[in-house]
Amino acid sequence: MKPFTNFESRLVPLLINNIDTDQIIPARFLKTTSKLGLDRQLFNDWRYDAEGRPNPDFILNQPQAQGAQVLLAGDNFGCGSSREHAPWALTQFGFRAVISTSFADIFKQNSLKNSLLPIVVRADAHEELIAALAADPAAVVKIDLANQTLTTPSGRAVVFPIDSFSKHCLLEGVDELGYILSQESAIAAYESTHPAPIHT
Amino acid sequence: MPTIIEKLWDSHVVHQQPGAPTLLFIDLHLVHEVTSPQAFDELRERGLKVRRSDLTIATADHSIPTTDRSLPIIDPIAAKQLAQLETNCAEFGLRCLGIHSDRQGIVHVIGPELGLTQPGMTVTCGDSHTATHGAFGALAFGIGTSEVGHVLATQCLLQRPSKTFQVKVDGTLKRGVSAKDIILALISRIGVGGGTGSVFEYTGSAIRALSMEERMTVCNMSIEGGARAGLVAPDDTTYQYLAGRPHAPKGAAWDAAIARWNRLPSDPGAVYDRSLSIDADSLEPMITYGTNPGMGMPITSALPEPSQVADPIQRDSIAKALKYMGLEGGKPLLGHPVDVVFIGSCTNSRISDLRTAAGLLKGRKVNPKVRVMVVPGSQEVKRQAIAEGLPEIFRDAGCDWREPGCSMCIAMNGDQLAPGQYSVSTSNRNFEGRQGKGGRTFLASPLTAAASALTGVVTDVRSLL
Repeated sequence: MKPFTNFESRLVPLLINNIDTDQIIPARFLKTTSKLGLDRQLFNDWRYDAEGRPNPDFILNQPQAQGAQVLLAGDNFGCGSSREHAPWALTQFGFRAVISTSFADIFKQNSLKNSLLPIVVRADAHEELIAALAADPAAVVKIDLANQTLTTPSGRAVVFPIDSFSKHCLLEGVDELGYILSQESAIAAYESTHPAPIHT
Repeated sequence: MPTIIEKLWDSHVVHQQPGAPTLLFIDLHLVHEVTSPQAFDELRERGLKVRRSDLTIATADHSIPTTDRSLPIIDPIAAKQLAQLETNCAEFGLRCLGIHSDRQGIVHVIGPELGLTQPGMTVTCGDSHTATHGAFGALAFGIGTSEVGHVLATQCLLQRPSKTFQVKVDGTLKRGVSAKDIILALISRIGVGGGTGSVFEYTGSAIRALSMEERMTVCNMSIEGGARAGLVAPDDTTYQYLAGRPHAPKGAAWDAAIARWNRLPSDPGAVYDRSLSIDADSLEPMITYGTNPGMGMPITSALPEPSQVADPIQRDSIAKALKYMGLEGGKPLLGHPVDVVFIGSCTNSRISDLRTAAGLLKGRKVNPKVRVMVVPGSQEVKRQAIAEGLPEIFRDAGCDWREPGCSMCIAMNGDQLAPGQYSVSTSNRNFEGRQGKGGRTFLASPLTAAASALTGVVTDVRSLL
């Protein structure tokens, strides 16, 4: 993983609650054995019509979305399946952060492992961002992970929560597996005192 | 005075470093073809092995065809994915119950039926319905592909503790009301995000009265209420189900296991972060009308009228869902035409589900306008069904009896709705396009599905009992 750096970006609003991972990437695209090539299938069934032509009403097909790196979503974003293809598709499209009032647990964990920052804000900050976008669709936010701040277009710095371990992994560009592997002696000690109840 | 959730957590802590999540040991890791290939690639790139092949087992379920298995797989991408699973398992030394195995089946059906899923375990799988295994008093949850790689390589996961959420269901289910209706009622009450950050413990007399297969149905859909895991403390029902299964302990080991498992239930006076009660006596058959599992109601209710909903976002979301579903607020759902009935999925494809549906369909004919698919959860379920004569009952009624797999629950394998079609489905998700692009899903119990198959419209099964 590349270290997560500060950036500023326009916002892509997708203000629907409970956007599930079947919408982020429909299941029929999960037959791939690769992580790559999923950007075109992001929000596929909202993004294209039955003939595969871009649906002009969908936000990702509008000029505002081009080059934007932050998705502004409704509550409980990423509910449903455990497919990591969802953050893969989002990051391959170019998103580096999603802002919502809450995230589904598995999606949040999957995102953190792919340098996609899930930013949880309170309803007032969420509403402020919606209002800012209504006034100016090209409004820009700044994201500073080290200081855990999201700076709204009005210049207000909103602090967002993230656990210190995930923050460290993102900032340093290290993944969890390396950390777990470094706990070899603890794992071996556990195994030696806990005989397996099964043998598959 | 810990809950079972805390006991399970505490007994699996491998390491706790200040400022880091807890390193948790995983007792059983279930692998399938869709969420594992990229994890095996990761192991290959890093030169890692599978740490505990003895705690890992794979099967093919999601993209597998439910047609004649002796025929080649038509979809080349699915064929490649299924072949990749076999190759990966061979390379990494894992037991694979693949497409031609006589033990193949939906991953959440085969774990329990093989006796691999046991009380007191931690269970993971790259699938959000892993909560199913919680029915045994296990801490079982879905993980992403990165975490599949973590468990393959280390048998451990970094986790943060969840909140404990007691769902207490007391009373007696009325005729025509089933386990599926309990869980649909819970989700309609708390919404699809209501359990986020929590693990459900299902308690109460109505839960105790459920069979293991019914408990699996309840736990299975915990994720649809936002909870990564849901579980039921083990009891004699659990032990009777497990006894004699291929991987269950035998002899003295069985007695020792029972003694250990009897210590798992939440202590009297255990305190939960949140509790909610459901009165089983007042439950009716439930059905979903919208585009997430929280949009459910008693089958006799009228559809919600968006203009009557105060919260603007909630109003918009109901209006959007009704539009997608082609439904009008305020109208009843009973009597709405149905194109397809799907009986299957990790929620409702076990032998008791098939018996229930067959019991209603026996000697009757399904409405000729309805395509009815019956998909057993595993080869073992299929064998049992054949032994009981269930396929004949389904075929005589006009149903399509198929090979085991996830099938039209996730519609990856060609089993899918056409755009605009309506299904009554015993599966777990009614998201837009879940059963095929443009398809419209009503989630319900096997009884409601079978009743609707007979009439061709959404039907209250109680009118047929």
